[in-house]
Amino acid sequence: MTTDATPYVTEDGRQIGGVMMDLRDITLRFGGVEAIKSISFDIREGEIRAIIGPNGAGKSSMLNVISGFYKPQEGEVHFRGKKRPPMKPYQVARQGVARTFQNIALFEGMSVLDNIMTGRMGHIKSNMLAQAIWSGKAQREENENREAVERIIDFLEIQAIRKTPVGRLPYGLKKRVELARALAAEPDLLLLDEPMAGMNVEEKEDMSRFILDVNDEFGTTIALIEHDMGVVMDLSDRVVVMDYGRKIGDGTPDEVRNNQEVIDAYLGVAHD
Amino acid sequence: MSADFLYGIEVIINGLMAGVLYALVALGFVLIYKASGIFNYAQGVMALFSALTLAGIMSGQVPFAHLINAIFGTEIHHFGWNVPVLAAIILTLIVMVIFAWCVQRFVFRHLVGQEPIILFMATIGLAYFLEGVGDLMWGSDIKTLAVGLPQGGSLWVEDATSGLGGDDFYGFFIDKLDMVATVVAIILVAGLIAFSQYTKQGRAMRAVADDHQAALSVGISLNFIWVLVWSLAGLVALVAGIMWGAKSGVQFSLSLIALKALPVLMLGGFTSIPGAIVGGLIIGVGEKLFEYLIGAPFLGGATENWFAYVLALLFLVFRPQGLFGERIIERV
Repeated sequence: MTTDATPYVTEDGRQIGGVMMDLRDITLRFGGVEAIKSISFDIREGEIRAIIGPNGAGKSSMLNVISGFYKPQEGEVHFRGKKRPPMKPYQVARQGVARTFQNIALFEGMSVLDNIMTGRMGHIKSNMLAQAIWSGKAQREENENREAVERIIDFLEIQAIRKTPVGRLPYGLKKRVELARALAAEPDLLLLDEPMAGMNVEEKEDMSRFILDVNDEFGTTIALIEHDMGVVMDLSDRVVVMDYGRKIGDGTPDEVRNNQEVIDAYLGVAHD
Repeated sequence: MSADFLYGIEVIINGLMAGVLYALVALGFVLIYKASGIFNYAQGVMALFSALTLAGIMSGQVPFAHLINAIFGTEIHHFGWNVPVLAAIILTLIVMVIFAWCVQRFVFRHLVGQEPIILFMATIGLAYFLEGVGDLMWGSDIKTLAVGLPQGGSLWVEDATSGLGGDDFYGFFIDKLDMVATVVAIILVAGLIAFSQYTKQGRAMRAVADDHQAALSVGISLNFIWVLVWSLAGLVALVAGIMWGAKSGVQFSLSLIALKALPVLMLGGFTSIPGAIVGGLIIGVGEKLFEYLIGAPFLGGATENWFAYVLALLFLVFRPQGLFGERIIERV
């Protein structure tokens, strides 16, 4: 388990900094069911952190705790060295935490461009009236935001569908648009809930490449949930393994791969 | 041109202007329905309440005078001043924003995620509550709303057009108030469209209408947007209240104009701002023209009371989503 937080440089030359988000003894209950049982782990600046585990292990719940959609009954969330008070999801988003959803949550009625523009919400500072009457300052700001969005569109190679209403897109592209919207916020921490679920091999490869590029080019810290073990081992710097709401492993992909408890959880174990 | 033809045109023009007033009420419904899926039965009462408040503030009435007098045994009714129109309108707007905040804080915040029928029932309760508050606050007497809008037929239009027909034609008769209402409605709609297309808050409003979870994840506060939407509906209600109040006095039957908005919404669709406008115009022109061409000569008149509802019924049968509403598609 990695406990010291001294910055280091990875083999492929990326900077990993100190602890950005620290989760301490998080417990989450739904009625009598404990979805998360006293779990602690941290996410460090610049790293790709994976959360894996079988179905129903509490991975998505964990992500929802980080993004403020769920409020844990016990435990503390520390963000950038400060204890985070209980927050609404929109407040967490305004702190620089963007996310995608397992079941895709896009604005189906809006175009791809408009969807991604909503990601820039926090970057628009001029007042309502100035924006409505299209004043000079507001227009400059709008143009800057449009440019930022266009860069992301180029980056994720979705130029061809810019004006298409999202409702008409196939699943794989929707996932990509959702990632684009999250990126548009220029987040410090990006949470991806099963970014590759339901994709074919080619789409998975594309998505893996995008995730690596985002981390590499923008230095964005990423925490992701994924089922595909191969993908997880290739992508991530460190992995948390959950099973039945407990943490059963935490470390580099190699450490986790050789952890007996993890092997048992994934392959099953004979009870004698 | 024959006089009959020109009178037909006059009927259409007057129908269009009546339609503008219907559209104004329908607009308030659309705003709230689009952003929160709530069919706001109280929209008509909101128009009444805002008109009452405006009239009350302008004439310097003491709010809750009867209540205060009953409790403290005092005899106060008026502050003894008159508030200028513009200041009174701003004060009324502030009252409507406070109302919007209260509605969100005390009613709909507790009903998030409930069935549409429950939200609808809540707005019915809200309507009666607001009607009661309006009565308690400003009294139940009929008030005149003298905001300085012109009344009566426009002589200018009459003179300018009297030469068009023969000796039987005396020019178009067009109510000046209707003309003002049309201009105000155009400004209001242009403003609303600019707001929803070009501002961050407008974009956020559309986002909330589309998907709550996604809206939260990009940093939009649902509560703020809902208060904003109810405030906008309050603004639209105030404009409708002023126009209708100036036309027929501020009385409690004003809240029934909401019923006229229903066929407009069925025609235009519950989710479309242009739909509310076009629907209002069609109903306005339709009922005037029907009365002029068929109702009065053949059916004994008074068709204006029911024509709109029959038209709406036909739409329900053949195009239930309205002219501009979102297609109703059920996926299996």
